[in-house]
Amino acid sequence: MASVEIRDVRKAFGNVQIIKGVDIQIDDGEFVILVGPSGCGKSTLLRMIAGLENITAGDISIGGRVVNHVPPKERDIAMVFQNYALYPHMTVKDNMAFSLKLRNAPQAEIDERVNKAAAILGLGSLLERFPRQLSGGQRQRVAMGRAIVRDPQVFLFDEPLSNLDAKLRVQMRSEIKELHQRLKTTTIYVTHDQIEAMTMADKIVVMHDGIVEQIGAPLELYDNPANTFVAGFIGSPSMNFLKGKVQGGQFVANGGYSLALPALKASIEGKDITYGMRPEHIRLDPNGIEAKVIVVEPTGSETQVALHIGSGANEQEVIAVFRDRMTARPGEVIRISPAPGLPLVFDTASGQRIY
Amino acid sequence: MTATASLQRVSAPPPDLSTWERLKSNRDWLGFWFMLPTAAILILFLAYPLGKGVWMSLTDVKIGRAGQFIGLENYHELIVYDKTFRNSTLFTIAYTAVASAFKFAIGLYLALLLNNNMRFKSFVRSIILIPFIVPTVLSAIAFWWIFDSQFSIISWSLKKAGLLSENINFLGDPFMAQATVIFCNIWRGIPFVAITLLAGLQTVSPSLYEAATLDGATRWQIFRHITYPLLTPIIAVVMTFSVLFTFTDFQLIWAMTRGGPVNATHLMATYSYQKGILGGQLGEGAAIATAMVPFLLAAIMVSWFGLQQRKWQQGAKE
Repeated sequence: MASVEIRDVRKAFGNVQIIKGVDIQIDDGEFVILVGPSGCGKSTLLRMIAGLENITAGDISIGGRVVNHVPPKERDIAMVFQNYALYPHMTVKDNMAFSLKLRNAPQAEIDERVNKAAAILGLGSLLERFPRQLSGGQRQRVAMGRAIVRDPQVFLFDEPLSNLDAKLRVQMRSEIKELHQRLKTTTIYVTHDQIEAMTMADKIVVMHDGIVEQIGAPLELYDNPANTFVAGFIGSPSMNFLKGKVQGGQFVANGGYSLALPALKASIEGKDITYGMRPEHIRLDPNGIEAKVIVVEPTGSETQVALHIGSGANEQEVIAVFRDRMTARPGEVIRISPAPGLPLVFDTASGQRIY
Repeated sequence: MTATASLQRVSAPPPDLSTWERLKSNRDWLGFWFMLPTAAILILFLAYPLGKGVWMSLTDVKIGRAGQFIGLENYHELIVYDKTFRNSTLFTIAYTAVASAFKFAIGLYLALLLNNNMRFKSFVRSIILIPFIVPTVLSAIAFWWIFDSQFSIISWSLKKAGLLSENINFLGDPFMAQATVIFCNIWRGIPFVAITLLAGLQTVSPSLYEAATLDGATRWQIFRHITYPLLTPIIAVVMTFSVLFTFTDFQLIWAMTRGGPVNATHLMATYSYQKGILGGQLGEGAAIATAMVPFLLAAIMVSWFGLQQRKWQQGAKE
């Protein structure tokens, strides 16, 4: 086990900057998830940690040792690939034993380690099968088994669940988390799915366009996003953003309605701001603002409602989630207001959070 | 009443079709009908000539004279008395073995090289294909000049460089001629092996190489444990074809040496032609050609059973 330190790392393919200076500190035994939309550089960063891509500038160190020029096999890491990358001509057992055989480990040790990993992952009865004879979830487990057998300092996961169906994904999510709690190996996990990030991580790194937008614990990112990108990316359905100005200590939306703002430390009177409102923080309020119901989507446990608020050119769609059953019909006008508590207010120009 | 009538019409059995009508519309027979034209072509141009050849090999037919059935006498004659037949058979085997081994080694090497990211990749790939594109006879005639006893550019260059005082007798000396035609066959056969193996290499997912790298494999170990095993099915197919083409080669030899000097470079195919068509001994010629069949069958069997062993390619059984 080891800590991983990423200091001002950059990556360029020709003139195209993929990663534009990233600093991340990953502590020993931590489960860190790199999350972001596709093309944000998260997979490239993971491959740089693995040694599959060169580092254009900056340093990556594993366990205190700078590994920029250390070949992958000497970095003592194991990686689980998105397509699993199981060797098709080897049985499950041989797949898991391959790295040990290359190291000329004694047969007894190989057997012991493979059997131990197989027991952890419930692969005992599949050891003689070939990858083609396995289901998606079983292949996923073999890929993890191959990583566990090595007993590496760091586990790297590259979108390991994206090829599985929704139900299996939820199951594997908790299996991976449980595995981490059991082995306590430092883990770096890449995904574009913010739910995976929220549910599994000790610490989430939100990346966007080659930079780190914010690093923090899942709920910290949810409660205190640093900017509109993180606020919109974390949470499902996404946060609603209302644009407007501060007038007389109140938020006056471009759509014509106004919402209360808490007392401010420094005056932002007259500033263009973006008012962030999570769908689950919207409630029905007879004194609230008018909203026209567009679509009602009951899911059983909650009801998602798409609403139009504001008027004219500034009419905008807002998604609301109600825990109570709703009987609203499309076209009906209801009144809503944000739940009490701190609203999230962002500077419209920079996207940064004001408070 | 009308309702009953229409009901009856619906449930009435279909009108009696003739057997022919039924065969025409039956889905199971449809495949058979579509197969017929191809089957006709195969029977007319492959099965019939092959059968006729085998039959002729059992007769003493000559040009201008219908033959009589003489059993295995042609074969007996060839094996016991015809030294040229024995030599051409041995040379055909050596020609095939040596040329195929080199074609495989060099072809695989080129394929691995071309599978890397390199500059002008597609340009180099098309260059490699050139020997394959040029008609065999044309390249054979070019080689004939390159290896000519008097005008050989190789002898000339070596002499100019002061490394040699006399011309090399490439196609005049039996052993040299054998080596030369094998070289030319290798030159011509490499592109097929290289390009096909390259196609096979490109089906191997790059993430397997990455996984093996992370597992600690060296470049050689990756080739030995990942690339080569994954390539074996394609190697088996390519090398079967290569062996079949090489074993039945005719054009190259005929254009370069016509089997000479002193019959040293006769392959079974060229000897069969020489004996059967030029010599007029159709029966004996057919017997030589027929004698190639067991060798070809053996080559096919080896690759067939080689292919069958690979369990990992087969789908899920349970």
